[in-house]
Amino acid sequence: MSEQLKVKTMQEFMAEGKQPEILFWVGSAGSYDDRAKKITRAFVKLLNKAEVDFAVLGTEESSTGDLAKRAGNEFLFQMQAMMNIELLNGYEIKRIVTCDPHSFNTLKNEYPGLGGNYDVVHHTQYLKELIDQGRLTVKGEGYKGKRITFHDPCYLGRANSVYEAPRELLSKTNAELVEMKRHKKTALCCGAGGAQMFKEPEKGDMDINVMRTKDALETQPNIIATGCPYCNTMMTDGIKAHEKEDSVTVLDVAEVLANSLNL
Amino acid sequence: MMEYLPNILFVIALIVGIGFFTRNVKKLTRNIKLGKDVDVSDNKPQRWRNMVRIALGQTKMVVRPVAGLMHIIVYLGFIIINIEVLEIILDGILGTHRLFAPLGTVYDVLIASFEILALLVIVAVVVFWIRRNVIKLKRFIKPEMKGWPKTDGNMILYIEFVLMILFLTMNAADFQLQQMGAAHYTKAGMFPISQFITPLLDGLSMSSLILIERTAWWLHILGILAFLNYLYYSKHLHILLAFPNTYYGRVKPQGQFNNLESVTNEVKLMMDPNADPFEAPTEDDDAGEPEKFGASDVMDLNWVQLLSAYTCTECGRCTSECPANQTGKKLSPRKIMMDTRDRLEEVGKIMDANKGEFVSDGKQLLNDYITPEELWACTTCNACVEACPVSIDPLSIIVEMRRYLVMEQSAAPMELNNMMSNIENNGAPWPYNQMDRLNWVNE
Repeated sequence: MSEQLKVKTMQEFMAEGKQPEILFWVGSAGSYDDRAKKITRAFVKLLNKAEVDFAVLGTEESSTGDLAKRAGNEFLFQMQAMMNIELLNGYEIKRIVTCDPHSFNTLKNEYPGLGGNYDVVHHTQYLKELIDQGRLTVKGEGYKGKRITFHDPCYLGRANSVYEAPRELLSKTNAELVEMKRHKKTALCCGAGGAQMFKEPEKGDMDINVMRTKDALETQPNIIATGCPYCNTMMTDGIKAHEKEDSVTVLDVAEVLANSLNL
Repeated sequence: MMEYLPNILFVIALIVGIGFFTRNVKKLTRNIKLGKDVDVSDNKPQRWRNMVRIALGQTKMVVRPVAGLMHIIVYLGFIIINIEVLEIILDGILGTHRLFAPLGTVYDVLIASFEILALLVIVAVVVFWIRRNVIKLKRFIKPEMKGWPKTDGNMILYIEFVLMILFLTMNAADFQLQQMGAAHYTKAGMFPISQFITPLLDGLSMSSLILIERTAWWLHILGILAFLNYLYYSKHLHILLAFPNTYYGRVKPQGQFNNLESVTNEVKLMMDPNADPFEAPTEDDDAGEPEKFGASDVMDLNWVQLLSAYTCTECGRCTSECPANQTGKKLSPRKIMMDTRDRLEEVGKIMDANKGEFVSDGKQLLNDYITPEELWACTTCNACVEACPVSIDPLSIIVEMRRYLVMEQSAAPMELNNMMSNIENNGAPWPYNQMDRLNWVNE
């Protein structure tokens, strides 16, 4: 077992009669997927380092329903959303941060219409905020001389116009940030969105993630950074398809940051 | 009486042209109104800004610089040369010739700029034609572009080419007549382009020149009236509908899908511990059929989506940006819009044949036009929405149709059904116990 993370649940905060600064929405991938759990842990290390008083819902958290909604199951989405909103409103949650752009998007844009009004930020935005406030300092030359390319997750970039926060964080690590030909608004999807992650692709002549990884490899990066657990899986598989897993690593922005701080 | 014959013929042509156009507009509005109501009263300042920027200012067109620049030329040509059309129409009604000539220098500058634009339009139209027919840009030769869409695309270019040639010929003959001092042909205007055509007319008699000038004048204005009526049958409708479509288009973040209100009501009822599921419906409950979830035909879509279908000019920028299409899947966002329009037209024709009532023809948008295979290939990445130069949202139609497949027909791919039952049973897309959600802390 690695070093102990400091994680408190909302129930614990309630028992102490306190409110956390933020609620960390871990999301299903961040809770169960082996690769995504590493992102969750890296982000929590950063939160611990910055001494953020945060809470998680723990076993009370449930799927946002985003996946069901994109798949067309509005019923299931709204059931999940209303259950979550009841819980979040009960805890009087004001601010939510999450590492998953899909949760970010639905909590931020689709929950308000169902009675869930929160200030929702993506973890890259929150980390940038911590650095700007001086609560987290990035120093050291851990990534000097390394080339990093950032793959924009659709639901962070195009869907919500968050392009700068992840890039600013990456540039703080002294790495050389290289852009793919298609980036920001014109970034190509990794292939996971719209519930594709959970099904076989329709018949075609190529897999989307292989095409997107090709875009990334053209920049000759050491690291492909992203800000979404699903993009992470797709790009990692793509690297394998191109047989580049020995020379290129796929990391979340939070992991890059945590590594550069030797956390 | 005979001397007024041209005026009378002109007014008749004008009335017929505009009359048919009005009839088309009525049909168009009726068809669009078959769509469901949707609230677009929000955020008016943003909507106006979008229309001014995107439709009037062409900001999205220039994302692709070559096509963008050429398009701006044709667009400016269309708008500015219309000032000339105003003069032509007034001349036609009043029997005058170059009514605006007393404007003097202003008139010279106007005519000169029309001519320069006309030449630029001809150049742009030729470039467009080459892109479609010689270079065969990928997005213009996709499967959905076979047949009428291909002919239509070229037809528009031919019409524009001919109209510009007629305009310049008319001016060239006019210029020659002015120099010969022909009656009615007062010296007016500056002809920087058509003066180069004039030498070709050298040696022609005054009456031949008048014949050429009059013929070009008549064909030009009749051509414009015909083109106006061609719009309804063509992708070229975008020259009008781009304006309302950019106004009514998306003002919310692209990632935000609408929450179905009909579902909200049912879910609230299910979650309300005080609700009695066996309660008899009360008087104010909506009588009749329960609302259908999602869309299987055009009437299930909202009117903005139907307006968008008519607005689509089949440029294919959406399809060329679509990750599914790029990797060889059947999905093409452009085809989604074209299918929606074609089905809506079909529904409209059925209504015309049945005294305005729709009688089921056993067909619908789903399956007969758009297959589930196309719908399930979408990653909801919004690349198509971002790419559209006139704010069309093909994704919203795809989602609406997925909703029908899933909620009305339980026809999701098996893997997705598994994923959804996992969410239902344990609050995650995988079959893991909710009690294990915090295990990552100690791993």
